Amino acid sequence: MTEHLRPVTFTRAGAFRGARDALPMALGSVAFGLVFGVAARQAGLSLAEATLMSALVFAGSSQFVAIGIWGSPVPVFAVIVATLIVNARHLLMGAALRPWYSRLSRGRAYGSLFFMTDTNWPLQLQAFLRGEREGAILLGSGLFMLSTWVASTALGHAGGAIIGDPRTWGLDFTVVAFFAAVLVKLWRGRGDALPWIVAAVVAVAVHAVVPGFWHVIAGALAGSLVGAVRDAR
Amino acid sequence: MPADPWVLDPLAVAAIAGMSLATYSMRAGGFWLMRWMPMSRRVEAWLRHIPGAVIVALLAPMVARGGPAELVGVAAAALAMRVVGHDLAAIVAGIATVALLRQVL
Repeated sequence: MTEHLRPVTFTRAGAFRGARDALPMALGSVAFGLVFGVAARQAGLSLAEATLMSALVFAGSSQFVAIGIWGSPVPVFAVIVATLIVNARHLLMGAALRPWYSRLSRGRAYGSLFFMTDTNWPLQLQAFLRGEREGAILLGSGLFMLSTWVASTALGHAGGAIIGDPRTWGLDFTVVAFFAAVLVKLWRGRGDALPWIVAAVVAVAVHAVVPGFWHVIAGALAGSLVGAVRDAR
Repeated sequence: MPADPWVLDPLAVAAIAGMSLATYSMRAGGFWLMRWMPMSRRVEAWLRHIPGAVIVALLAPMVARGGPAELVGVAAAALAMRVVGHDLAAIVAGIATVALLRQVL
């Protein structure tokens, strides 16, 4: 349990492996990039503005929320506050990387964190939890997903609504299926049951009454703390 | 609809820059804050429970909100993951199941 004492590598091969592992997620996100491009155009963003947002923010759900409250003049403060709230769940995800990423140089660690999303963070973390010491998976997968996200945003904005509703093809289910697969891999045995049940119950309950992504933070904190307290006894 | 695709409204750029900063501060902030928390067995145990708890907290409301098609889709994805051992297989199985069931149900 002294994970933070062993060195972590950061190789080109690791980055390429990250990109390869992210392929299904990148393809799945293309549909949503197209939809986002269309929605951004309808909300009044220019092609340059929509593409710039996808490149600099790279966080789908918060971008859709921003588009939802966009107007003329742009409500700058409201958009920024909404973004903070929707993306606050990343605090916990970054914290979980601490034992390994603290072994990387600051530039590599803080640079890689720019590319952290809900779907490539599990790829990097699973590698660490399997006992691997490769830290460039987040960067490689993130760069790949960022490029497909930006390209599909631009394409959606320029081309308009070609693909229609991604729900028809079940593409909205990509992320759900991926999370289910991640959980199968993360399952370490019966000891995970209690924290996971607590996380699920709290998340569903909070989701029912509080808008935004607070349910992720509430559920994840409740579940992980219950697990930590039980393990300590 | 914007007339010029290359127009950059100053307020829009300010909002986008602010969004970028806000998002990065969340991405880097949790990692940074943990600097001040000394690593102990207990903290490591907590960090090890975060991945599963975060994914469960993301997934549970998605499943609860969905109908029977989504529920079966999650089961199909998990089963494919157990049998084949690759997340691509799980994603394909999940999407195919849901797309099919949405047509039928």
